[in-house]
Amino acid sequence: MADTTVPVKHTEHATTTGLPSSKLAMWLFLSSECMLFGALIATYVLYRGASVKGPYPVDVFDIPYTSVSTFVLLASSLSMVLALAAAQNRDIVRMRLWLLATAMLGLTFVGGQVYEFTSFYHEGLSLTTNLFGSSFYVLTGFHGAHVTLGILMLLSLVGMSMNDRLPDEQAFPVELVGLYWHFVDIVWIVIFVVVYLVPAGEAASKVGK
Amino acid sequence: MRKKALWALGASILGLLLAACAPNASQSTLDPAGPTAQSEKNLFVPVFWIAVAVFVLVEGAILVIAIKYRQRKGRERMPKQTHGNTRLEIGWTIAPALVLAVVMVPTVSLIWQLAKAPGPGALNVTVQGRQWWWGFQYTDPDMKESYGSGEPITVADVLVVPAGRQVYLSLEAAGGLIGPGDPPDPAKADYVVIHSFWTPQLFGKQDVVPGRTNHITFAADQPGTYTGQCAEFCGLQHANMKFKVVALSQSDWDAWVQRERAPASTTVEGLAAEGRAIFLNPLSNDRGTCVNCHAIGGTEAASGAAPNLTHFYDPTHTCFAGCDFDTSDTEALKAWLRDPNAVKLGAKMPNYALSDHEIDALVAYLQSLT
Amino acid sequence: MKGDMASLSVQGARGGILRRPSATTGWLSWFTTVDHKKIGIMYGVTAFVFFVLGGLEALLIRSQLAQPDGKILNADQYNQVFTMHGVTMIFLFVMPMSAGFFNYLLPLMIGARDVAFPRLNALSFWVFVLGGLFLYSAALLGGAPNGGWFGYAPNSVTDPTPGMTFYALGLIITGIASTVGAVNLAVTIINMRAPGMTLFRMPVFVWMGLVVQLLLIFSLPIITIDLFLLLFDRRWGTLFFEAAQGGDPVLWQHLFWLFGHPEVYVLILPAFGIISEIIPVFSRKPLFGYQFVVFSGIAIGFIGFGVWAHHMFAVGLGPVANTAFGVTTAIIAIPTGVKIFNWMATMHGGELRFDTPLLYSIGTVTMFVIGGLSGVTHAIVPSDYQQTDTYYIVAHIHYVLFGGAVFGLFAGMFYWWPKVFARQLSERLGKWQFWIMIVGFNLTFGPMHVLGLNGMIRREYTYPASLGLTGWNQVASVGAFVIALSILLFIINAVRTQSKPKGLENEDPWDARTLEWTTACPPPVWNFDEIPEVHALDDFWHKKYVEDEKTGLPVPVQAGGAPEHDEGHEASGGHAIHLPSPSFWPLVASFGLPIMAYGILYSWWLVGAGALVLLVGFYGWAMEPSVAEE
Repeated sequence: MADTTVPVKHTEHATTTGLPSSKLAMWLFLSSECMLFGALIATYVLYRGASVKGPYPVDVFDIPYTSVSTFVLLASSLSMVLALAAAQNRDIVRMRLWLLATAMLGLTFVGGQVYEFTSFYHEGLSLTTNLFGSSFYVLTGFHGAHVTLGILMLLSLVGMSMNDRLPDEQAFPVELVGLYWHFVDIVWIVIFVVVYLVPAGEAASKVGK
Repeated sequence: MRKKALWALGASILGLLLAACAPNASQSTLDPAGPTAQSEKNLFVPVFWIAVAVFVLVEGAILVIAIKYRQRKGRERMPKQTHGNTRLEIGWTIAPALVLAVVMVPTVSLIWQLAKAPGPGALNVTVQGRQWWWGFQYTDPDMKESYGSGEPITVADVLVVPAGRQVYLSLEAAGGLIGPGDPPDPAKADYVVIHSFWTPQLFGKQDVVPGRTNHITFAADQPGTYTGQCAEFCGLQHANMKFKVVALSQSDWDAWVQRERAPASTTVEGLAAEGRAIFLNPLSNDRGTCVNCHAIGGTEAASGAAPNLTHFYDPTHTCFAGCDFDTSDTEALKAWLRDPNAVKLGAKMPNYALSDHEIDALVAYLQSLT
Repeated sequence: MKGDMASLSVQGARGGILRRPSATTGWLSWFTTVDHKKIGIMYGVTAFVFFVLGGLEALLIRSQLAQPDGKILNADQYNQVFTMHGVTMIFLFVMPMSAGFFNYLLPLMIGARDVAFPRLNALSFWVFVLGGLFLYSAALLGGAPNGGWFGYAPNSVTDPTPGMTFYALGLIITGIASTVGAVNLAVTIINMRAPGMTLFRMPVFVWMGLVVQLLLIFSLPIITIDLFLLLFDRRWGTLFFEAAQGGDPVLWQHLFWLFGHPEVYVLILPAFGIISEIIPVFSRKPLFGYQFVVFSGIAIGFIGFGVWAHHMFAVGLGPVANTAFGVTTAIIAIPTGVKIFNWMATMHGGELRFDTPLLYSIGTVTMFVIGGLSGVTHAIVPSDYQQTDTYYIVAHIHYVLFGGAVFGLFAGMFYWWPKVFARQLSERLGKWQFWIMIVGFNLTFGPMHVLGLNGMIRREYTYPASLGLTGWNQVASVGAFVIALSILLFIINAVRTQSKPKGLENEDPWDARTLEWTTACPPPVWNFDEIPEVHALDDFWHKKYVEDEKTGLPVPVQAGGAPEHDEGHEASGGHAIHLPSPSFWPLVASFGLPIMAYGILYSWWLVGAGALVLLVGFYGWAMEPSVAEE
């Protein structure tokens, strides 16, 4: 990343590791986030098949639909990469466009999730219906909140770039936000596989037995 | 003057120590009265002495070093600079590892031994932890009630067992919502929470966890009474969620089983009969009814939400309401009926605004339930 | 982080509301400071206030238990008091007090001008303070948390008072503060070291700081999720801990102790780091086996994640789990024991100056040994069936956390007080305090071993006279007041010392070994006139002494002993040092979280308002210029 351009001009003296501190901090923050999602996903897995009444995952999941929105989120990772490349080439206009595109794709995903939640709710699955409802909504909702935060960050980047408030070296903050965005995408892949694709019900291993 | 004060101080300290050592070890883990607690003590004691030895060695060495190498007044010495000694350090890494490895051998063996279910012939009892009292159900086929549909014998507060025989406990967190009304008053709800069943002289604790069934195997060597209590924090009256284990000789046990299998005595008269009527019928002015929660064998009262009172006044049933009060203490019983929350904050039994006469009658009835 | 990037790039100040405050003195400057030293002091003072609060709660507990059937508190009040005692001492005293030490000292010890993200540092402090106040506000709003610091579900879910909702939200808030602080400090240690300060030239205290921050970064999210589940169960009726619906109450315990056991090392390792600095200085010898001590600290950090279920031996996890966790618990005792021997070997052959810092350090070692040994008696699982949830455990944790951590923190306070305040605490009062404290401490917690073995359970608000527990309880209660007396002495000592004029005869009063003593007392805002270059472990000592090759004795370097901070190397230092200006946006942003938390309790409008405050705070943060207007 820091190959062509000099990173962070604000640092008075070079850092010990050579890595910019903000990037290191982002990595540490993301590793903390890993534990956060790890605990939540573990909770979901523990409670897989533990609900004593329906609706069960098979009753509500629409795998093709969710696959499409998963694809949308994955596409946003690609546009994020393009935004970063544009920033590194100092192509500010393209960078803004790709950032906006990423945010739009993210919004589409969140919108899809809102629609999904609503339709599940109408099919009788609420937060308090059963364990599946509790653990499903909390896990995916938690992830959705992260995506929303990411969208806010992307839009702020665009706004700051328009107001000329980004550092001359625009690539660096874009890279930081990109790290976060890719992380959130990767987490979704795990969630999509664990929650949607691995068939529930078979794992009838009741908790605590 | 000063000497006197010192003497007084010494005497009071001695007094304290004596009070502390008074032979009242009814809940001591170091005074086991059965094989389970004995095996746990047998593991603890040698490890304790190893710990004492390490303690003396280490703290002694620190003391010696502190004295020997203290800076003397007026001396400006610079000590030799030693930076470490790998061999020594590896040595004091391995030494404690060896000690611990030795200690773990009997530990692991006892873990597995205690986890084994007992053979046939053990007495099976289901223990139910409630906020804040214990219920016991005798689930063996020969321990069914002789009346009604032949439910298991059910008692509260006092677990009666035959001395010398293995007992296999199944621990269940029970509870639910007490009293009429939907939704019920949350302040009066009896929640299913975690408890822990413990009689120090007989067995170490096992938690009573909602959704799980844990087990304890134990036996009491001699007839006697052993106290225990809930050890896992379970809300307001955690401190007063006590119980007793009463071990009986074979003949006493047989007699007890005989009594418990029979329904409550029906030949009550006078004040007790009046109390019986109050108990079985709704209280006036919609104040509620006792039978909503309590069961008395042989009557239509059959709810399992609160302690079973069938043989409330049996000689073994020496305490009630989480063993917080003596059954023989009539005044305590009256105070409880007058306002349970006044004598035990948070108690799930509501105040039924009973009149003095109603209370006297109910007490008379309860005292007839031998 | 993004904010930092953005603002730092904007050269030239802008006016209006985004103008940065510039005052670095006066009371207002404490609210806007981003100086790691001021923030460190504020952490210390705030933590000490919470320490006094937690101590008063302890006195209430001991007064209640001084006699059977105590009537000072009822069951309800007692449960609130013991819960808040635990929560306060762990989350609002030892953790932030350690954070204060780390904040103040880490940059100085590694030769940095500040932490990596000064404004984030201010943010974590203010979030912590407001989180603590939020927790305590519960007492006025329907009842303080009453389910124990460990908050076991389902009891914490079903309790009808709002206390445990405050507990969940409050600990999420202080957890956010700690996570932000931990990331900041970890980056500082990894990335801000002076030239030549390689990893294995870092003082042990810095090493322990790094291990603690990593432990926090990896363990706090786990309890955050646990608290989230609790919050959802309590507030929105989810079923995570509802056994009747298939939920498992034991999940709470797993997640809690997966955090909770690393947390024990978060509490104790700072103290280990402190005494690893002090013992060499007062023995006038280097730490014996520096690398062993460092590696054992790292090992403790790692294994600390693999022992959590030893808090749950009686839960019924089965013999396989109990065996496994019994063995890992025995294993973690080994690196802990190694440290004890290394400290002893450091003192061995030394020239021990029994000033207060060394007294408290030896107190830490001796008391921690007792806690460690009683810990081994828990690792033998069946014996733990008898001991768990009794006063035997209460004794154990206090020997570890009071005997270990608190004594160590006092050692650090006496040791670094001259550095921070340019005044020296009274040695005489300090020694009185030490002896009174160690007597009171053993009077209080020693008897609890006996009480526990005699069948006294934890967390009970009362006990009957018939169990024969009265005598030792009385001793323990007397001891608690003796401890209180020792803390009172410390407060008197601190107030008297601070009312004296500033100034030290010798700015290196202990003949110390590490970098923080090479600069002035107190250090200038920019810490070092010139960033030091490091050539060895204990660099400062080696500037003062050379080791005679034949005898192994240190020989003073001629005229090199005194700190050189006054002779300014103007060439590179002085005016060229660029420091971040103060900022009030961290304070503004920090109000957002508690407001949102009240909102979750009372009204969605408040949640929105809190989120707005947070947004405004971060917007101002991102937009403010990097320096104050001249």
